[in-house]
Amino acid sequence: MFEYAPAPESRSVVDLKPSYGLFIDGTFVDPTDGDSFKSINPASEEVLAEVAEAGPQDVERAVRAARKAYDKVWGPMSGRDRAKYLYRIARLIQERSRELAVLESLDNGKPIRESRDVDLPLVAAHFFYYAGWADKLEHSGFGANPRPIGVAAQVIPWNFPLLMLAWKIAPALAAGNTVVLKPAETTPLTALLFAEICQQAELPAGVVNILTGAGDTGRALVEHQGVDKVAFTGSTDVGRAIARSIAGTRKKLTLELGGKAANIVFDDAPIDQAVEGIVNGIFFNQGHVCCAGSRLLVQENVADRVLESLKRRMAQLRVGDPLDKNTDVGAINSAAQLERIRELSDAGSAEGAERWSPPCDLPDRGFWFAPTIFTGVTQAHRIAREEIFGPVLSVLTFRTPAEAVEKANNTPYGLSAGIWTDKGSRILWMADRLRAGVVWANTFNKFDPTSPFGGYKESGYGREGGRHGLEGYLNV
Amino acid sequence: MSERVAVRKTYKLFIGGKFPRSESGRSYLVQSSNVSLASRKDARDAVVAARAAVKGWAGATAYNRGQILYRAAEMLEGRREQFVALGIPGDEVDAAVDRWVWYAGWADKLAQVYGGANPVAGPYFNISAPEPTGVVAVVAPERPALLGLVSVIAPAIVTGNTVVVAASPSEPLAAVTLAEVLATSDLPGGVVNILTGAITETAPTLAAHMDVNAIDLTGVTDAALATDLEVKAAENLKRVLRPAPADHDWSVDPGLDRMTALLETKTVWHPKGV
Repeated sequence: MFEYAPAPESRSVVDLKPSYGLFIDGTFVDPTDGDSFKSINPASEEVLAEVAEAGPQDVERAVRAARKAYDKVWGPMSGRDRAKYLYRIARLIQERSRELAVLESLDNGKPIRESRDVDLPLVAAHFFYYAGWADKLEHSGFGANPRPIGVAAQVIPWNFPLLMLAWKIAPALAAGNTVVLKPAETTPLTALLFAEICQQAELPAGVVNILTGAGDTGRALVEHQGVDKVAFTGSTDVGRAIARSIAGTRKKLTLELGGKAANIVFDDAPIDQAVEGIVNGIFFNQGHVCCAGSRLLVQENVADRVLESLKRRMAQLRVGDPLDKNTDVGAINSAAQLERIRELSDAGSAEGAERWSPPCDLPDRGFWFAPTIFTGVTQAHRIAREEIFGPVLSVLTFRTPAEAVEKANNTPYGLSAGIWTDKGSRILWMADRLRAGVVWANTFNKFDPTSPFGGYKESGYGREGGRHGLEGYLNV
Repeated sequence: MSERVAVRKTYKLFIGGKFPRSESGRSYLVQSSNVSLASRKDARDAVVAARAAVKGWAGATAYNRGQILYRAAEMLEGRREQFVALGIPGDEVDAAVDRWVWYAGWADKLAQVYGGANPVAGPYFNISAPEPTGVVAVVAPERPALLGLVSVIAPAIVTGNTVVVAASPSEPLAAVTLAEVLATSDLPGGVVNILTGAITETAPTLAAHMDVNAIDLTGVTDAALATDLEVKAAENLKRVLRPAPADHDWSVDPGLDRMTALLETKTVWHPKGV
């Protein structure tokens, strides 16, 4: 392996306050009951800031602020003017992208190379894309007179904190809704910086409200009677609980849940490209990706060649300081997530699969897990069925395209899938049969604001991104 | 001369293209006819039949599905007097035929209207297309018995879903007669399955069934039952269509909602290059 000189990105661009309040009705306020929690850097376990924990009364205040803003300001405002606020936000994100990227890597643990080159450009692009829809909704294909729904409660995960915020807030605001958003408890900081950007954009008070907190805060928010729309990204179990809790209400629901994607490699695929795709599929963002290609299905006659090449490539991955521009794989987001990855990986070994990781020095402090593959995995193994949400790949083999389809679809999830082959007709044949919302052929983990994203089956319902992403925020 | 003795019709369930009685052997009396009282087992059998039909129906060409649905409209038109004899107003039968024809025409158009190419910022071909969600359980509206039923079945199946329908308990005769229409329309067995009987008996089984992808609660009038069914449906994250308001006007243009609510959007990416 080549020697690299460390190339750390400077933290000085980020100006963190020691503590943050809740963002309600355009200002930062203290929580009603004064509770707080700490957000830490998962790469070092250092405390980054103290963050308010919103209780039921804070939820009440935020929903009321959002309702007032919807009734008095944002609902009546012309689409043309809503668009201009969203364009402002998009520009402010571009202007402050370095600051946001560094803070994202600090709070989340993802490599700066990803937060800088993937997350932040997509965040800005998302606001830019939906800004343009705000004054064109009648042309969006959802009837002649599409109307906003009202107040949206949005709960997002920790794997792409700011990007998930953008996926939620941009279409909601473009369609004329107001929002109360709860970021994940381990990654609240970029959402709070986004609140400052809303202030800087002079977005009317109450249009965006940010409530930090954990599961109880999220539950109080989605169950609040003043909420008209619920959008959640996270685990399938929590998604199920939300679907139950809103049963019998008027609330409209979209869910972006877990996945166990098959990344299918045929014997005619360009092996080097496929290996890059496999690595990108499972080790991008430490595997904290709901659409990660966590099950490699490789055609039996090339399995040895693919695995050999994959192992060689994995040995080149640099695991370590997220702020180092050379880093490929950063820190696991939390101690709890690290524990889950360990538990499932241990189950993989215990159930008889063969575990392999490249030699890899991990830092002493923080939460780390070396890139890992399991071979000899069967469909019955837990590591082939359960979402690990970490840098752990399960390798299975197949002989025929039909067998690949059977195995790929043999999961309650249906978020994404990958196909690697040189044969165009086979790509289209496979793509027709894979029960997944996004199919990447000869590529993987590509995202774009114009491209709808979302799952089949227990990966949730509704789409985010593109024209389709408006539907969940409109009464049509 | 003595009057001819009429041959009466037996009203049975419609499962997998066949007309079985309820496995429970039960029936209930409607308009002087004994109608099958479907059991939970009948509901499960119907789901099995609907699942078995998914591959062929979803895999059929859109043109073919459109042809078959249009054929069903022809058969429906031809049986107009039978429905009138059951007490369905003639203009409701006409509206049902027209509704069916309207939906039939969507078979090979919806993917163009609802899907399309996405201009992503990179050298990729990217296209989104709708696909059927799979097996759909439907609680049909209590009335209008025919127009309501047609208005929930046609949008579900035209895109390639298969359905298990809990028919109106108080007016099931039109539903069984519609099944006879479908059985003579080249519609593959299992695409539409119709259960007569009590909603409270069949719907909870369908809502909780792990091999059902979506549930349409349009005809559920009891709010507590609707909530219970929605809770059950959450177990495998079924797509849920909530009950229609009591004053819903079935005669107006239905729009695309009933079709799009039962579709999944699949987006396929491929790099461009030489």
